[in-house]
Amino acid sequence: MNKIYTDAATALADVVKNGMTLMCGGFGLCGIPQVLIVALRDSGVKDLTVISNNAGVDGAGLGLLLETRQIRKMVSSYVGENKLFEQQFLSGELELEFNPQGTLAERIRAGGAGIPAFFTKTGVGTVIADGKELREFDGATYVMERGLIADVSLVHAWKGDAEGNLVFRKTARNFNPMMASAGKVTIAEVEHLVPAGEIDPDAIHTPGIFVHRIVHAPDVAKMIEKRTTRPRAA
Amino acid sequence: MAWTRDQMAARAAQELRDGFYVNLGIGIPTLVSNFIPPGMSVQLQSENGMLGMGPFPFEGEEDPDLINAGKQTITALPTTSYFSSADSFGMIRGGHIDLAILGAMEVSEKGDLANWMIPGKMVKGMGGAMDLVAGVKRVVVVMDHTAKGQTKLLHHCTLPLTGSAVVDMVITDLGVFTIDKDSGTGMTLIELADGVAADEIKSKTEANFTVAPDLATTAA
Repeated sequence: MNKIYTDAATALADVVKNGMTLMCGGFGLCGIPQVLIVALRDSGVKDLTVISNNAGVDGAGLGLLLETRQIRKMVSSYVGENKLFEQQFLSGELELEFNPQGTLAERIRAGGAGIPAFFTKTGVGTVIADGKELREFDGATYVMERGLIADVSLVHAWKGDAEGNLVFRKTARNFNPMMASAGKVTIAEVEHLVPAGEIDPDAIHTPGIFVHRIVHAPDVAKMIEKRTTRPRAA
Repeated sequence: MAWTRDQMAARAAQELRDGFYVNLGIGIPTLVSNFIPPGMSVQLQSENGMLGMGPFPFEGEEDPDLINAGKQTITALPTTSYFSSADSFGMIRGGHIDLAILGAMEVSEKGDLANWMIPGKMVKGMGGAMDLVAGVKRVVVVMDHTAKGQTKLLHHCTLPLTGSAVVDMVITDLGVFTIDKDSGTGMTLIELADGVAADEIKSKTEANFTVAPDLATTAA
């Protein structure tokens, strides 16, 4: 069983379908599967439902798929950095489902863990709870949220081995581990591809069982959304 | 004189305690990190997956893999740990974070908070705000008392809520209120900004509030 694909286009070729549901890792532009997103755009697939915390920015990340109008619906917690998104949403071209960020993370974690629904306090008494089941536990009110799974999950990792074991780096981990577990087919792009056995088993963040295809993506030009620095002492 | 942004942040920093795990929102709350008393151990949580957030990096040392929840480049500390968004919100939802300091558009006398959406205008999304106010042990709001001449402290919020009965304290440029959200007894004015009179606050506040008997005037 070989999980390693020569490039992103090949890894995507027989799994992308119009109208499918896709998870895409990352927080802002941090830890997004850039190479896979470009290949997805180039595949021409359309009417996508994309579950991703954010929708990229103009000209980068999922913003690339908005330019080509390949996304029909976004499930996100925050989309404030993308003017094209705003235009398409206001014109009715693009559907949007807001989830509180922690609820989104837990829905994905639950989906990957075979949990169809859970109860949370988040959103009780707000529009988020409209039309959802409420239940009292120990004197407090909770709202039921459903687990999420995807036809295909695209994730980015710092290091991966031939078995599909993944290691993420710093805050680029974010949504990637849960999304890897919640994809019927999970494709990981990894900055460093190593033979099985090279990663300390105790240091693996995502076990290879959750990763079906791996693409080596060295030298990715990672982007910074808000470069902030402090002056050096004189 | 009304408090400046820095004075409001300094006042909010008085709510910190040694050993606290704290989540700071974007805007004035971020400034609170500049006022952590020396010698006090406070670990800042960033909900994108980091505990123990350090200062901004020096120019040339920015790391695209190391950002805060406002997407700004930051640095690590010797105490830092990284984790997934699910673990991050497990900390938040599970009540492990001691204090959240957030901005707001409106707060009601019952402790309702609105800070994520203005109908008819573009909606950016709630991000982690709804999870934070529902899960963190104590919620402090730091905001201007009024916006465009209109009070932001209301009987009932007019904007869609972020959370219902979730705010414990409000620090504005004019003073400090506590809210007893559990008993529903409402807001109490406990402190005035230096040179601000209780009457000025009354005239600029729609929410009902009582005035603490030992009302203090503080130059933060």
